[in-house]
Amino acid sequence: MNKKKISKNTRNNLIAYSFIGIWIFGFMLFMAFPLISSLVYSLSDVVIRGTGIELKLSGFKNFIAIFKIEEGFIFLEALTDFLVELLFQLPIIIVFSVIIAVLLNQPLKGRAFFRSVFFLPVIISSGPVINELISQGAGGTNILNSYGFISIIEANLNPALAKPLITLFSEIIIVFWFSGVQILIILAGLQKIDRSVYEAAGVDGAGPWEKFWKITLPSLSNLIFVNIIYTVVLLATFSENKVIVLIRSNMIKVGYGIASAMAWIYFLVILAVLGILALLFMPRERKRKKRFGS
Amino acid sequence: MKRLKLKKILFGKELSDGLVFKIIIYVLLIAIGFVYLYPILYMVSSSFKSAADIVNPMVNWIPTNFYLENYRRSLKVLNYGPTLTLSLLVTLLPALLQTAVTSLIGYGFAKYQFRGKKLWMMLVLSTFIVPVQVYMIPRYVMFNQFKLLESSLAVILPALCGQGVNSAIFILVFYQFFRMIPQAYNEAAELDGAGPYQIFFRIAVPLAVPAYITCFLFGFVWYWNETYLLSLFLPNYPNLQLQLANFVSAYSSLYGEHLMKINEGIRLAATLLIILPMLIVYLIMQKWFVEGVEKTGITGE
Repeated sequence: MNKKKISKNTRNNLIAYSFIGIWIFGFMLFMAFPLISSLVYSLSDVVIRGTGIELKLSGFKNFIAIFKIEEGFIFLEALTDFLVELLFQLPIIIVFSVIIAVLLNQPLKGRAFFRSVFFLPVIISSGPVINELISQGAGGTNILNSYGFISIIEANLNPALAKPLITLFSEIIIVFWFSGVQILIILAGLQKIDRSVYEAAGVDGAGPWEKFWKITLPSLSNLIFVNIIYTVVLLATFSENKVIVLIRSNMIKVGYGIASAMAWIYFLVILAVLGILALLFMPRERKRKKRFGS
Repeated sequence: MKRLKLKKILFGKELSDGLVFKIIIYVLLIAIGFVYLYPILYMVSSSFKSAADIVNPMVNWIPTNFYLENYRRSLKVLNYGPTLTLSLLVTLLPALLQTAVTSLIGYGFAKYQFRGKKLWMMLVLSTFIVPVQVYMIPRYVMFNQFKLLESSLAVILPALCGQGVNSAIFILVFYQFFRMIPQAYNEAAELDGAGPYQIFFRIAVPLAVPAYITCFLFGFVWYWNETYLLSLFLPNYPNLQLQLANFVSAYSSLYGEHLMKINEGIRLAATLLIILPMLIVYLIMQKWFVEGVEKTGITGE
C-alpha cells in the first residue's frame, strides 16, 4: 500500500516536470547561465580572442572604473536622469490610469470605442516609432509650444528643475501612452467591486467623492501595486531608454567587462527602486487579516 | 414641480445618473482622447502633406491636396514588401512557439502539486523583472560560439524554451486560466483512462482557446515592437522597425541629400507604414486585446 502511494507521487512529479521541464531547461541555458556569466564578466578582465573569450578575475576593478572613465560618467549621468524621470513619470502614469479607468467605468455609450482608443498605443509603441514621433514634435512639444508653455517654464524655474520638467512635457503624451495596459487592469478591478457596497454607502449619505476615496481606491490597492511594478519594469526595459542604449554601445566601446558591470549596477538600482516601492505601496492586507483573526 | 423634474433630469436621483454628470464625462473623455491620439492624428495628417504644405502656416490639419509622394518614397526606401515578409517571420514564428510552450508550462504549474513548485514559480516571476541588459552579453557570446548570430534561431530558440519576450506574463496567464478549470474534469477523464497529455490536448486546450488567442496576439505585438535584442543578435536583418531607425540615412543614400530633401511628411509616412500592420490587426481583433486583459486574469489577483 505504502509503496504504491510513493510511486504514484513520483509519477505525479515526473508528469509535472515533463510539462515544465522545457522552461527549466530554457531558464538554465538562457537565463541562469548568462546571469552568472555576466556576473563573472563584470568581475573580470575580458579579452576576446579568435578562439573565444578569455577571462581573468580582477575583483571590483570594472566597477571602480565606471567612476573613473568618461564613459562611466556618461553612464552614471544617464542613470540619475532616468531615476529623476521615473520619479516624475511613475506617479503620472499611475494616477492617469486610475482616472481614465474610473471615467471608462461609467455607463456610457461608446465605452468600447474609448476603451480601444486608450489601449491603442500599446499596439504601436516600439522604440523606433516613439523616437520618430518625439523627434518630429508629435509627443507634445507641438501643442505646448503653441501656448508658449515651455518658455514660461524656462523663464520662471531654476535650470535644475526646469530641465526634467521640459523633457517631461515635451513627451508628455508618450508618457500617457505607457498606461494602456494599466488602465485595463484598473478597469477590470473596478468591475469586480460589488455594486451593493456603493448603494449601502449612498444610503448612509456618502457622495461620489467620498465613495471614491473610501470604497473605490482601497479596493484597488492590490492592482495599483501591480501597476506600479509593471510600470517600473516597462520604463526600465523600454528599448530607447538611454541607460540601456549606453550599456549596449559600451559593449564595443569599453569592453564586455565594464559593460557587464554597468548592467549589474543598473539591475541593482532597479531592484532597489522596486524594493522601496514595495515597502511603500505593498498592500497591507495580510497584516490586517492577522489582526482581525486574533 | 417642473423645477424639481428639471433638476432630476440634470442631476439625477444620484449625481452619477444626471445629464450634467454624463456631459462632463463625455467632454473629459473626448478631450483627453484627442490629446492621447494627437501623435497619431498628427502623423496621419503630416504624411499626406507636400513640402509646400508643411512650411505653409495656413495649412493646419487638412493638406491642400491628397499627396501620395511621401508614401511612394517611403515604400521604396523601406523596401516594404520583402521587408514586411521577413519581419513577420521573426515575429509570427516566435509568437506562435512562445504561446504553445508557455501554455504547457502554465498547465504544469496549474494542475500539478510537485516538489520544488514554489521555487520554480518564484523563478518564473523573477524573470519578469530581470532586465535584458544583464544577460544579453553572455547570450551574445554564446550565440556567437554556436554560430547563431545573424540567424533567426537566435530569436526563435529562447521563445521555444519559454524565455521569449515577456514569457513570464504568458505563463502566469495560462496558469490562472487552467486553474479555473475544475479539477473534476481531470479526475473524470482519468477514470476513463485518459493519460495526462490526452487530458491536456483534449480537455484543457479546447477550453483555453480565448487565452491562446489573447496570448498569441500580445506575443505578436510585443515581438513586432521588440528591437533591442533583435538589433543585437541580428544586426543586419532587414526588419521594418530597424529600417525605420535607419530611415534618414537610407533615404539620403537613395535620393541624395539635396535634390529631394527629407522632411517630416516623409518620415511620418514611413512611421505610419511601420505601424500599419499592427493597426490592421488591432482593428480586426481589438476585442481580443482589450477583453483579453480582463478575461484571462492578467490582473493577477
